[in-house]
Amino acid sequence: MRTKNNNLSTRKLLIIGIFIAVGVAFVMKLFALQVVDRDYKEKADNNALRFVTQYPARGKVFDRNGELLVFNEAVYDLMVVPKQLSDAIRKDTLNPFDTLMFCRLLEIDKESFIERMNKAKNESMLKPSPFMTQVSKENYAHIAEVLYRFPGFYFQTRTVRHYPNSIAAHTLGDIGEISKTELDKDKEGEGYYRQGDYIGKSGIEKSYEKELRGVKGLKVMMVDVHNREMGSYMDGALDKEPVAGKDIYLGMDAELQAYGERLMVGKIGSIVAVEPSTGQILAFVTSPTYDPNLLVGRERGKHYQELKDDPMKPLINRAISGTYPPGSTFKTVVGLIAMQSGSITPATCFHCSGQGSLPIKCTHSHGSSPDFANAIMNSCNPYFYESFKATINNPKFGGIKEGYQYWKDMTYKMGLGHKFDTDIPAERSGNIPSREYYDKMYGGQWNSVTIRSLGIGQGEVLVTPLQLANIAAIIANEGYYYPPHLIKCFGDTTAIPEVMTTKMDPGIDPKHVRVMKRGLRTVFSGPHGTARRYELKDIPQCGKTGTAQNPHGNYHSNFIAFAPEENPKIAIAVIIENGGYGATWAAPIASLMIEKYIRGYTVREDLEKRIMEGRISYKNER
Amino acid sequence: MSERNSIIGKIDWVTVLIYLALVIIGWFSIFSAKYDEMHPSIFDLSQVYGKQLIWIGASLLIGFVILLIDAKFFNAFSLWFYIFFLVALLAVLVYGKATKGATSWIEFGPIKFQPSEFAKMATALALAGYLDRLDVDLQKRKDQIVAAVLILIPMALVLLQNDTGSAIVFVSFIFVLYREGFPGAGWAMTAGATAILLFVCTLLWSQKVMYIILGSLLVLSVVYYIVTKKKGIVKMLAVFAFMFVFVFSVDYAFHKVLQQHQQNRILVMLGKLDDPQGVGYNVHQSKIAIGSGGFTGKGFLQGTQTKYDFVPEQHTDFIFCTVGEEGGFVGTAVVVLLYVALLVRIIILAERQRSTFSRVYGYAIAGILFVHVAINIGMTIGLVPVIGIPLPFLSYGGSSMLAFTMMLAIFVKQDANRLNIL
Repeated sequence: MRTKNNNLSTRKLLIIGIFIAVGVAFVMKLFALQVVDRDYKEKADNNALRFVTQYPARGKVFDRNGELLVFNEAVYDLMVVPKQLSDAIRKDTLNPFDTLMFCRLLEIDKESFIERMNKAKNESMLKPSPFMTQVSKENYAHIAEVLYRFPGFYFQTRTVRHYPNSIAAHTLGDIGEISKTELDKDKEGEGYYRQGDYIGKSGIEKSYEKELRGVKGLKVMMVDVHNREMGSYMDGALDKEPVAGKDIYLGMDAELQAYGERLMVGKIGSIVAVEPSTGQILAFVTSPTYDPNLLVGRERGKHYQELKDDPMKPLINRAISGTYPPGSTFKTVVGLIAMQSGSITPATCFHCSGQGSLPIKCTHSHGSSPDFANAIMNSCNPYFYESFKATINNPKFGGIKEGYQYWKDMTYKMGLGHKFDTDIPAERSGNIPSREYYDKMYGGQWNSVTIRSLGIGQGEVLVTPLQLANIAAIIANEGYYYPPHLIKCFGDTTAIPEVMTTKMDPGIDPKHVRVMKRGLRTVFSGPHGTARRYELKDIPQCGKTGTAQNPHGNYHSNFIAFAPEENPKIAIAVIIENGGYGATWAAPIASLMIEKYIRGYTVREDLEKRIMEGRISYKNER
Repeated sequence: MSERNSIIGKIDWVTVLIYLALVIIGWFSIFSAKYDEMHPSIFDLSQVYGKQLIWIGASLLIGFVILLIDAKFFNAFSLWFYIFFLVALLAVLVYGKATKGATSWIEFGPIKFQPSEFAKMATALALAGYLDRLDVDLQKRKDQIVAAVLILIPMALVLLQNDTGSAIVFVSFIFVLYREGFPGAGWAMTAGATAILLFVCTLLWSQKVMYIILGSLLVLSVVYYIVTKKKGIVKMLAVFAFMFVFVFSVDYAFHKVLQQHQQNRILVMLGKLDDPQGVGYNVHQSKIAIGSGGFTGKGFLQGTQTKYDFVPEQHTDFIFCTVGEEGGFVGTAVVVLLYVALLVRIIILAERQRSTFSRVYGYAIAGILFVHVAINIGMTIGLVPVIGIPLPFLSYGGSSMLAFTMMLAIFVKQDANRLNIL
């Protein structure tokens, strides 16, 4: 660049002037701040702060009628700030820290003291960490009196869960101290939790953790060198009030749930009852179960290990994690798809030779060529095998594999072979085999005979009790369903997630479902109905038995049902592992549950007694 | 005489000694701020103070290498430096890692690197290289546009990273443009200062009060122009019209253009918002720490405020707190004095250069350093809203330490070589 005029260099004076002016301004301000104003010096003296976390009350849980299922009880956590302790030890030699007395008060030995201290130090020297959680009320009273002698320590109040009814352990779930993995995951995202915080571990405590927990508050206290709180810092300007967690109302009926758990004593299996018009779960029974209060408090770890080691596996929620062959209850699905695809009509008859039928024999005695109504009432195996065959061989699909694909897609739309993903953790998908699975299995050479077991709910097909209850709900609703879920509403006006209020339509014409519904009614009311022994005069019930072969011993006893026939209030699925015929255990249990829910009480005392006292022996029982 | 000896004789030792003094003050302040009883050695490489020592060592090495390189190299390759760091800034936008809301880091294995720190230096080089060309004349419209674009492109890229602080630093190029006679640069500086004044006053007192003040000034000016029969009354009226429009739009701009946390930081600085939980907390604690230092300070390692996690970011953006608490007014005054001395020295050296390249580069880096120092120290004592940029040579951080050292070393090399230019 040509330097045209040299007088530009005088411009340096303005720039230097600005630099010096700013420097002078800073020095003046610093002089005012550091030398003139003594205020800051005093503020600094009072500035040994303690940040006390204010834990909000966790939301309570109620059943659909407002009965309390879960509430909070106060416990005390002893916290330590390692840095304050080490500072005090270094500065305050006149008043030594009496470790021995401290250990005696807490009922721990010296090794445990050192171990706990090191854990706290590793977490943070400056921030409080839990030294001992859930100190008993008696110990708390003793220690609090002399706590001033132990600088760096203080108590923090927290709450634990209590379950007044001791029911529905798996559904309600539990909370526990946050694990390292959970903490690391949280640090990547929200960064809400600290070591020692409690978090929902299972059940709705886990699925609604964010709503139930509320928002932690903060209280900033000034403390002097003797560890005494000198009041609120900056008049509480930094304090943050905790926000209480939201209450939750479940769709569950506590009375029905408790009744179901009593019926299931001595049996392994599950009962799932849903309200067809909303998808809310009325009862979610898994057996064996346990008292949820066992997983609270300082014994939690011990009890958890015991439950984990129990060979009957009470920690498993069989309603969602158990996958079972549905057996004849699956004939409802097969029949509906066959009608919807136009492969059969209610008037279609298939030949049945009873025990001599091929390739699947029939275990029930009935007329030789039943129509649809007769076939469903008598649970005719050949009829539904033929219906299944007619569906996947239907020429309109242009090939058996395409036909099978249509069939599989329909089962998917009816909620099988996948999770509902609403608010139930640890759900399993069950199994409806894919085309590719069979291609691989049979090297591409397979047809309706190869996979015939599917037609009667055996073979590779596996469902969870929850999925089975949803099938009952679809038929009860004459074609649609809401994804089954636990929550009814929040304590405030917050809307529940949309996925649970979205109406699902599997695409089956209601007129076909009504045919099915009439058929299921005859299972109770018909002269040969497989559940005719459990018919009630004033409550028209509909249902379907299932007796499923399985590799674990005796047949599983299965049943799906709903009632009343018009505007059903309850749809239910019951699976009793190794219980034998569907009509032996599952059907009466379902019927009693229906009666209890609709009537509020039961009248069949003998039946109730037989079921409650009934015990089924299992190979793995102790 | 070997090349090395000749360079030692020619470099400006005033600059180098001020630089070394600041680096050492910084290192000890970081040690004090992050002092950990379990790691009492300042050389402990597992701690930030040990790591800072590595960065200081690496910076000195690179600075030394720069002194040995041929001075013409930086002019010749200035455009390539610039292009390289523009690409790096783009890469950050694509592959960058977000820290505290800004996406300004890029990772190569274990090494994190912040291209925006280097982009300032690269821009200074590119501008100096461009203005050094014989065919460039800042009185020509085309050359003015090129010069402005050279500055605005990296500024825009940094702004896209949501790193407002580093983007503001690019405003510092107004000083060098003013010095080189860029038309309107002086006017822009005045207008900028006036705008900041109007902005602050409007937020402090409300628009109504500002209308009354401006209105009174307008009446006085009109009377003055009429009485003295001065020319340019139209121009004067236009200036007032602009000021009215500006005041009118302050509220809108403040609420609609600035993000919430930026609004809060400004309101806290003006004392309009008491938000000690958020931004207010930083500034409040920072002022307590500095103020509690008194005249002579609490002594090295004796600070309490900066050690108990009271001051956030104490070893990076708020390192000046440690200086204030432990060194007292004596310490802070010395540091401010060192910075002013360094800035004035750079300007004096820049003016004695024969080549346009060296002069422009000197002014550019003086501006960059000035904005960093003014914003950072101003922030810790509550004169400037909280803007997260490092204090040159003092703050912890490898990228900024390396970048500022390289920036200064290149200038010292140019200066040492000034007599070789004909």
